[in-house]
Amino acid sequence: MGWAGFLLRRFAGTAAVVLLLSVGVFLLLYLAPGSIQQTLLGTRPATAETIAAIQARHHLNDPVALQYLRWFGDVLRGDLGTSIRTGMPVSDMLGQRLPLTLALVGYGTLLAALAGIPLGVLGALRRGRVTDRLVVTAGVVGLSAPPFAVGLLLLVVFALWLGWFPVYGTGQGAGDQLWHLTLPAAALALGAVGLLIRFGRAALVREMEQDYVVFARARGLSGPLVLGYAMRNSLVPILTAAGLVVTGMLAGTVLVEVTFALPGLGSLLVDSVTFKDVPVVQALALLLTVLISGVNLLVDIGYSIIDPRVRLGRSVS
Amino acid sequence: MLRVDDLTVRQPATGRTLLSGVSFEVAPGESVAIVGESGSGKSLTVRALLGLLPGGLESHGQVVIDGQRVDDDPRARRRQRGGTVSLLMQDPFTLLNPLRKAGRQIADGLPSGADPKAEVPRLLAEVGLPAEVAERYPFQLSGGMRQRVGLAAALAAAPRVLVADEPTTALDATTQREVLALIRRVQRERDMTFLLITHDLRLAFSMCDRIMVMYAGRVMEVGRAAELREEQHHPYTRALLAAEPPADRRLAVIPSVPGSVPAHDAVADRCGFADRCAHAVAACRVGVPELRSIGAAGVPEARPLDGGRLSACVRAEELPVAPAPPLGVAATPRGAAEPILDIRDLRKTYPGASRPALAGVSLSVAPGEIVAVVGESGSGKTTLARCVTGLERPDSGTVLLDGGDCSDYTRMTRQAVRRARRTAQMIFQDPYSTLNPARTVGATLKEALAADGRPPDVGALLDLVGLDPALAALRPANLSGGERQRVAIARAVAGEPRLLVCDEPVSALDVSVQAQVLTLLAGLRERLSMGMLFITHDLAVVRQLADRLYVLRAGECLESGPVQRVLDAPDHPYTRKLLDSVPDGSSAWPGQSSE
Repeated sequence: MGWAGFLLRRFAGTAAVVLLLSVGVFLLLYLAPGSIQQTLLGTRPATAETIAAIQARHHLNDPVALQYLRWFGDVLRGDLGTSIRTGMPVSDMLGQRLPLTLALVGYGTLLAALAGIPLGVLGALRRGRVTDRLVVTAGVVGLSAPPFAVGLLLLVVFALWLGWFPVYGTGQGAGDQLWHLTLPAAALALGAVGLLIRFGRAALVREMEQDYVVFARARGLSGPLVLGYAMRNSLVPILTAAGLVVTGMLAGTVLVEVTFALPGLGSLLVDSVTFKDVPVVQALALLLTVLISGVNLLVDIGYSIIDPRVRLGRSVS
Repeated sequence: MLRVDDLTVRQPATGRTLLSGVSFEVAPGESVAIVGESGSGKSLTVRALLGLLPGGLESHGQVVIDGQRVDDDPRARRRQRGGTVSLLMQDPFTLLNPLRKAGRQIADGLPSGADPKAEVPRLLAEVGLPAEVAERYPFQLSGGMRQRVGLAAALAAAPRVLVADEPTTALDATTQREVLALIRRVQRERDMTFLLITHDLRLAFSMCDRIMVMYAGRVMEVGRAAELREEQHHPYTRALLAAEPPADRRLAVIPSVPGSVPAHDAVADRCGFADRCAHAVAACRVGVPELRSIGAAGVPEARPLDGGRLSACVRAEELPVAPAPPLGVAATPRGAAEPILDIRDLRKTYPGASRPALAGVSLSVAPGEIVAVVGESGSGKTTLARCVTGLERPDSGTVLLDGGDCSDYTRMTRQAVRRARRTAQMIFQDPYSTLNPARTVGATLKEALAADGRPPDVGALLDLVGLDPALAALRPANLSGGERQRVAIARAVAGEPRLLVCDEPVSALDVSVQAQVLTLLAGLRERLSMGMLFITHDLAVVRQLADRLYVLRAGECLESGPVQRVLDAPDHPYTRKLLDSVPDGSSAWPGQSSE
């Protein structure tokens, strides 16, 4: 069993998860309060013609299974339906807003990793000393602070008082956009830093006490080489944490985008839920499902790159 | 080559002292064994020697390696590791970095400038492994191969001193013998100084020139292996040697010492062994006896640390000669009673396994009979035990417990399962994970008694297994390994089962505790007339305890019969090989390395 088989199995697993969840997403339409026709009509007047038009367009007289298949077929072809609120194709709306959210999550993850992993390593190497205690305390603070509150605090301090960063908006051009996204990304990253410190520190502390590290030191391997042994072995829990961080951030963007008035998927979700714009909510839910499954798939592939036992199987000897 | 002077290891956070007053010397090219049970401080001694103590411990005392004082100079220590002194550790399964190929781990330790392409295959060949092992990950190698890779890695920087901390304890008996033979061959070829840590006195006799016996964090006795083997000048050394059961004869009783190894601080003001010693006098308890020289006629020798006999017993010269323990006889085969356990053609293959774990094993246990199942890892012996108790489901074959068919617990009625569980109970190997850590001993035992509808008389049950009834209020974390195993035995025999299935019940215990538990099991068999299915890898234990034995290899039964007949005159070459793997304490053992 080599790489190809391993990847094939992982992809198939992910596809199965997405397929299963798409059923749930489709049924959101039926879970929304009120009749389906009303939901789909939104604020338009409910006359006999408009209802008939809705029924014909959404094939509401067909069995639910058939409706689902038709909807899923449309989704696969890139047709996510039409927004009730704006009348625009949903796919266009998502397309406009996805890049901002992805940039925000990517930037936030980068900040979190750049701060959290080195701090975790520092804490582990200085275990029990003042530095370690400071690092651990910082981690707890980060973990317990809610992103929207942190967002407000950052806004007040860095945008209003100090004026280093803009209060809202996305900016023009790469550099300016980066500047605009820094505060929201930092707000998102703070909790993730706490998580990464915790996981990273605990993993490295555990690995540094393992026999193979003592054995490596005992036969005279250099300090950096020994640290490399331990780091590589603590990557699996760190990667697990990183996966949690990215998926957590995808959800966290909702609050942060609203706080910083950013036109991303999160604020779109809030608006759509408020307006009962079910096609958009469905599309967003499906998109988040795919993104989160994708992250998990990447994490799984990451495991197998780090640890040969995952892809080669344990029971060889 | 090595000199340790008045070494002390302390844990500052708790103020505990773990070992003190340890001094010894090792000459260039000499091999010395440090022998002791767990808690003796033998591993801490070498960790302190190498400056590799676990976190939270600190050591004091002079350490001189290769003429250089290193105890106050961490840099010198780091420089010396690898090239001057190297360590081989106990557990081959945790000793290697699991994510790095074997060859690269060996190459990591090579001195700078050496060519890995030439050196790694040469080192692998030296430890008897083919060159392609370099491309394998540790999890693709067997335990014995991993330990060989570990040895190659420890040798990579050509150390002049090799320290081995229980290098073969985690290996099968036959593999242990091969690896020990290999270590000795390599040590002689390279003319290395060798320091061996072991719990097995007979293994130490075979492997080393000199022996140092430790107990409760102190040195008890030092001497040349040959002399120490002939005559011990400390009662503890005697007890340790006596508690290790012989494989070639059955003793009436395995001499065991009551109690277990105390903490160093608990005996800080007296001889550590006095409380367990049959020869103790008042003088033993007034102070810590000094390690002193025992000459041929009690004359102090000029160089006490170099080759002389030393003992920390105040009565070293006047100890009476220990009588040879009386021999016992194996119980005569029981009458043709209906067997309590009857297994016929049991087969089991685990999903994804390349060969069956059990390939048609038949066996029977009569009431009150102790039947041993002997084998190494992979022999299927544990699978057999788990099938009998319904923890695994065999693919085919029958298990008859007291006449009832118990081959498949999932298809039995609730009453039948209950009856089977009351008939057969099990004791597991690891005393540290067998008890629920959150419950007190009393609660655990009360539950076992209630399950059988018996009155909750925990005190009597603890008494039955030789424990103080006051232990009922404690949780497992406060008990020693031997005490935990006794509690586990009490739990198993609470309902007076007619069959006790024991899966390696003494292999995780120290020898002195092992002797106690074996004596307890033999006594329980008499008192409760239980049959026992005793799973073990240790032929010496089989010789002492069992009536009949079955030898398993790779899921097949190779040989069976009464213990005396099979062990005195084995039919199958594999049984002979197993017998040869038991250390006999002679300098001929472990023999030539097969490569």
